[in-house]
Amino acid sequence: METVEIKINGQPYEVEKDTSILKAAKKAGVKIPTLCTHSDLEPWAACGICVVKVEGSPKMVRACATTVVPGQNYITHDPELQSVRKTVVEMTLANHPQECLTCARNQTCELQQVAAEFGVREIPFPMDVKRLPKDESTASLVLDPTKCIQCGRCAQVCQQLQDVWALEFLHRGHETRIAPTAGVMLNESPCIKCGQCSAHCPVGAIYEKDQTKEFCLAVEDEKKHVAVQIAPAVRVALGEAFGMEPGAITTGKIYTALRMMGADAIFDTNFAADLTIMEEGTELVQRITKGTGVLPQITSCCPAWTDYMEKYYPDMIPHFSTAKSPMMMQGAITKTYYADQAKVKKEDVYSVAIMPCTAKKYEIGIYDNMQASGENDEDLVLTTRELARMIKTAGIDFVNIPDSKADSPIGAYSGAGTIFGVTGGVMEAAVRTAYKLVTDDELGDVNVTAVRGMDGVKKGAVDFKGTEVKVAVAHGMANVKSIMEEIREAREKGGDLPYHFIEVMACRGGCIAGGGQPYGTEDDIRDKRIAGIYTDDEKSVVRKSHENPEIVAIYKDFLGEPLSHKAHELLHTTYQERPLYQK
Amino acid sequence: MPVETEELKMTEGLLSFIEEWKEKPGNLIMVLHRVQEEYGYIPRNIAFELGKILDVPLAKIYGVVTFYHFFKLEKPGKHKVSVCMGTACYLKGGQDLIDELEQLLGVGCGGTTEDKQFSLEAVRCIGCCGLAPVLTVGNEVFGKLTTDMLPEVIAQFK
Repeated sequence: METVEIKINGQPYEVEKDTSILKAAKKAGVKIPTLCTHSDLEPWAACGICVVKVEGSPKMVRACATTVVPGQNYITHDPELQSVRKTVVEMTLANHPQECLTCARNQTCELQQVAAEFGVREIPFPMDVKRLPKDESTASLVLDPTKCIQCGRCAQVCQQLQDVWALEFLHRGHETRIAPTAGVMLNESPCIKCGQCSAHCPVGAIYEKDQTKEFCLAVEDEKKHVAVQIAPAVRVALGEAFGMEPGAITTGKIYTALRMMGADAIFDTNFAADLTIMEEGTELVQRITKGTGVLPQITSCCPAWTDYMEKYYPDMIPHFSTAKSPMMMQGAITKTYYADQAKVKKEDVYSVAIMPCTAKKYEIGIYDNMQASGENDEDLVLTTRELARMIKTAGIDFVNIPDSKADSPIGAYSGAGTIFGVTGGVMEAAVRTAYKLVTDDELGDVNVTAVRGMDGVKKGAVDFKGTEVKVAVAHGMANVKSIMEEIREAREKGGDLPYHFIEVMACRGGCIAGGGQPYGTEDDIRDKRIAGIYTDDEKSVVRKSHENPEIVAIYKDFLGEPLSHKAHELLHTTYQERPLYQK
Repeated sequence: MPVETEELKMTEGLLSFIEEWKEKPGNLIMVLHRVQEEYGYIPRNIAFELGKILDVPLAKIYGVVTFYHFFKLEKPGKHKVSVCMGTACYLKGGQDLIDELEQLLGVGCGGTTEDKQFSLEAVRCIGCCGLAPVLTVGNEVFGKLTTDMLPEVIAQFK
């Protein structure tokens, strides 16, 4: 790494060449306040509170978008800078509703935090709040443009990271607002409900649709048998809401907390992740060895990705695995296999899924076959953030409650199930089982490191005793484009198959950084959550889906074999082309 | 923003213009100008078509169209009444003309009458300050106006 010498507040530092003043200062332990910039995004200097002085120059520059120049001395804090920054925040507040106490972002709001740090005590400008209607058209998100501070993060995330283009700045000046275009509501726009806009919004302008009340009503209803599942990525992030380290594995505490809040049965989506591998892995092997379908096969666990594919790449529908997502599989077997065993009527079972994801709220109602059990397979989806709030409301001392175990017969999971929460994890889990299905032998080293890591596109090949299986993994929706182009090209030219199996997750890093996870997700936090997931895998006694004893049992007692008639009925789905704009 | 349902076809002239500009950087604004010249505004379905042809997300097109006041998303009336609000006309009572026209036409500034005959808008200096206060209807200029002259001006176009 090439470095240069600069000074920050007179102190000499050696910093990375061409880094920004903001990043250099951060490494030097100096926090320059910001509202618009985010480490996932290119800086674009919208908010103006990161201004700093360059010694010898009369101008103030924006630290986020200015590259360090060797030898320069940057003044980051002095009375004049503090006064300028404070004025900018005061002006922002004059256009912002003063409703902190009832806001979805109370205590997690970056504007609130900056106002507190700057010691703002009054707003010396006339209040001018533009009241605009909320957009609550999707099942996942609420858009409240009245609270928008026009930092632009949501539009940038939606356009650059996700390549969805549902949100854009419309109009200019005082009239500027963030909205879907062409006069449609969010549910009629290209929006894939990934919720990355809500995860990046510094204020309460975009947030998950809160459904915590529905959970409370369900547990109070004595007739309802509330069965909860928790997704892989929830366990390594929820602790953050209670001051724990990112990546801390809190599986047992979550089970306990849910029981304390009145849930009747606690299951784990990781079990259904193992089930997904049995179905999707078998489907892949049959496509390869028997030619039963089109290759490459593409994963379908991520509802934001399937939504994106149906809108942007409908020609890929035949490539998609017909396997439902683990959440939907878990829902379907909860209301059939489990309900039978527990002797509960399926119509009395109320199934709840705790997910790192806002798109999951949309997924439960998307197709007719999301009622494979005859009822809604999944009744309610709550995000990690909503679960954190519920635990706080219930007065549970999350950090200090004991661990407990999930319930049988659909609660046990393998290490392969848990890594579904991270980019490359579905691929790795599939390889562990597909190897067995193809070679009838067990994979020696179960760590498939080629598909791990944070590169946006990862490619590799796995040797199945002489059969080379070519794989690719993409995360962050914009990264899928190059792989889709490769498939289209190969299809047109009729050349060699570029891949056999492709995994796609909509969010950067996978579900551990999903749109419903605790706020403040950046790469350093992603890394810690990912480390937590791999630790959970490594300490699992069983690390392959097909060796999970409860998986063995469900096939023996209920499903028969993977891709059986019953499995198809309950665990598989179809896709349909959708227009980018619904009207 | 109302959703407008009229389906319009791209004309040959427009298509060949787009073809000519398709590969050039910064083409979006040029093409949008040409579209507005053709239809008097940016029709929704034409914006959709444009996105496909130029491979530009619709969000970007609407970002540009709503940013510049010049571009219109609603079909203008048959006759465009533009009242000058440049410095001279403003001082000579341009605002009074607008207020009176709003009453006469029953439409706010920036709007179009229900019968689609007239749109009313305020414009910056149109370059004939000696005639202030001035307005144009289409390409015709009316100067040295007082509010009581306005019914007659409008009547000429009814």
